[in-house]
Amino acid sequence: MPPKHKPKLAVWKFASCDGCQLSLLDCEDELLAVAGEVEIANFLEASRAVVKGPYDLALVEGSITTPHDAERIHQVRRASKFLVTIGACATAGGIQALRNFKDVKEFIAIVYATPAYIDTLNKSTPISDHVRVDFELRGCPINKHQLVEVISAFLNGRKPNTPAHSVCVECKQRGTVCVMVAHGTPCLGPVTHAGCGAICPTYNRGCYGCFGPMETPNTKSLSGWWTGLGVKEQDLLRVFRSFNAYAEPFRRESEQHEK
Amino acid sequence: MKSKIIKVDYLARVEGEGGLYIKVRDNRVVDVKLKIFEPPRFFEAFLRGRNFAEVPDITARICGICPIAYQMSAVHAMEDAFGIKVNGQLRALRRLIYCGEWIESHTLHVYMLHAPDFLGYQDAIQMAKDHGSVVQRGLQLKKAGNAIVTLLGGREIHPINVRVGGFYKVPSRSELATLAERLKWARDAALETVRWAASMPFPDFEQDYLFVALRHPDEYPFNEGRLVSSRGLDIAVGEYESNFVEEHVEHSHALHSVLKQQGPYFVGPMARYNLNFDRLSPLAQEAAREAGLTSACCNPFKSIIMRSIEILYACDEALRIIAQYEPPERPAIDVPVRAASGYGCTEAPRGILYHRYRVDEQGTILDAKIVPPTSQNQRVIEQDLAQFVPKFLALPEAELGWRCEQAVRNYDPCISCATHFLKLEIDRG
Repeated sequence: MPPKHKPKLAVWKFASCDGCQLSLLDCEDELLAVAGEVEIANFLEASRAVVKGPYDLALVEGSITTPHDAERIHQVRRASKFLVTIGACATAGGIQALRNFKDVKEFIAIVYATPAYIDTLNKSTPISDHVRVDFELRGCPINKHQLVEVISAFLNGRKPNTPAHSVCVECKQRGTVCVMVAHGTPCLGPVTHAGCGAICPTYNRGCYGCFGPMETPNTKSLSGWWTGLGVKEQDLLRVFRSFNAYAEPFRRESEQHEK
Repeated sequence: MKSKIIKVDYLARVEGEGGLYIKVRDNRVVDVKLKIFEPPRFFEAFLRGRNFAEVPDITARICGICPIAYQMSAVHAMEDAFGIKVNGQLRALRRLIYCGEWIESHTLHVYMLHAPDFLGYQDAIQMAKDHGSVVQRGLQLKKAGNAIVTLLGGREIHPINVRVGGFYKVPSRSELATLAERLKWARDAALETVRWAASMPFPDFEQDYLFVALRHPDEYPFNEGRLVSSRGLDIAVGEYESNFVEEHVEHSHALHSVLKQQGPYFVGPMARYNLNFDRLSPLAQEAAREAGLTSACCNPFKSIIMRSIEILYACDEALRIIAQYEPPERPAIDVPVRAASGYGCTEAPRGILYHRYRVDEQGTILDAKIVPPTSQNQRVIEQDLAQFVPKFLALPEAELGWRCEQAVRNYDPCISCATHFLKLEIDRG
């Protein structure tokens, strides 16, 4: 039998904190096993060795914020058979998409003394606004076990098992008492995509939505409940405008609370 | 005229995107640029208008490698603004979670990013083929650090349990005790790590550095202390901006922090070690001596040893905190919001991380300033390269480039952190 061709894995970074690709290195028990199944062909955070494309599996971290990156993502797409975005930046534009609601020139002037030197786009946008994406993995940061699941599903030619239901289901699975019902703590769990394992409610705080909107979330109803708990309009605006602010359902809901 | 240009387009095994450009004329380095092309994300701008309570969650997202550092500098700055101080076991828990981050971040750098340079591998995965048990030890040591962060913080990257005033939930004694067994193993592994790091081949490269770090009366510094230097600086954190300035240097594409009248300075494990050796635990001091170090070391290539000593110290300190732990009555103290300014500076794995916030009477942020360690080290990195390259010009091109990369990696630069604050200059020709 001819030797099995090892699929080539590439990891690409755009505007981000590096945390999602770090998740791969945080798989302390699985990393060497994964490295045995794939050829790590481009992963600059971990290796100097760079193998030319095309790549079988591309993991893309970060959002598009500069004209150069808007070009580069097309090169990545062309060199990749299967492209997976990892995390809130790549999937929804990330926290840096807060600029999308403001004048970016004002932002530049606040941070940089010579604004003319800064070459940046008006908006921070998800990868899917630019190229076709084969699979999106949610989270700020992603869950490393879900990342291993995605890689493993790819290697075995099956669909990744990453449920699209709400964080509420994860609280029930974990046996965590509802912080909203029992303690009146405002929680985004009912509209937030599962994947983290409902960490915040387990630590006695409400979910703050870092995995972004679930499938068909009823954000309007949840806002009503939050108002009932005494949360003000301007606070609701901020709640929906964080790490997944530019994801459509959260963006629309936030606009409902804008003066 | 003999001319040479050393270019590294994409620096590997650093966090974030950067490159290197060195120009040599007649065996003299005439230009060194540590290029930063990581796109800016404007944190200081969008923090304006956010609520003080959101700051630990938001600033954590500046860096996936050292989110605890951002959370710690942020909460201490806010508590300074509101005139409160977190003491007792809550303070100890903050120290403990920081120990976890140091172990995790330092081990990542020592084993996966830095050691391959010394041993001639492209990465730790290739290194594992010849040094399997060593890489496994590194991974398990890293995991021990992550276990602390995960237990106290909820998850290893962007933890969710840190708040202004304390935590959302504190662990029970028995929950913390579950970490102790693993940390005892980790302490032994860290000791092995110090010995292993000390056995690397080091180039002879001593420099006269200006070190800056926190210094505390009794402890090796994490969250508190005065800012001191190896040349007599001794100031409160609130005086940072009247002593340090960000300077635009013509040959560079980035804003560099310098100490007024004194110039570039060095932050991180080697600065902490040189300024706080007497605050290390006896075990860590002993391991340093065994590794052939005295209380002073000025060879940045040996930072891998000092980083390993700090891993050992962090394991030791974590075990001490766990042994003395009694759960506090409440997970957080009250936060009396008022209009004020606050300052915080803590020791991130890569060095001092300064935060300053101004808030109004509702706790809404009016103004924010953040100075990460890597932007402070940039100028020293470039100076090192200017000194280092002429000594090794005889090396073949590819190897010289690699040595330069190694010299940059001595600092464990985190470009993702630095960039949000650096000035990027695009030369349009």
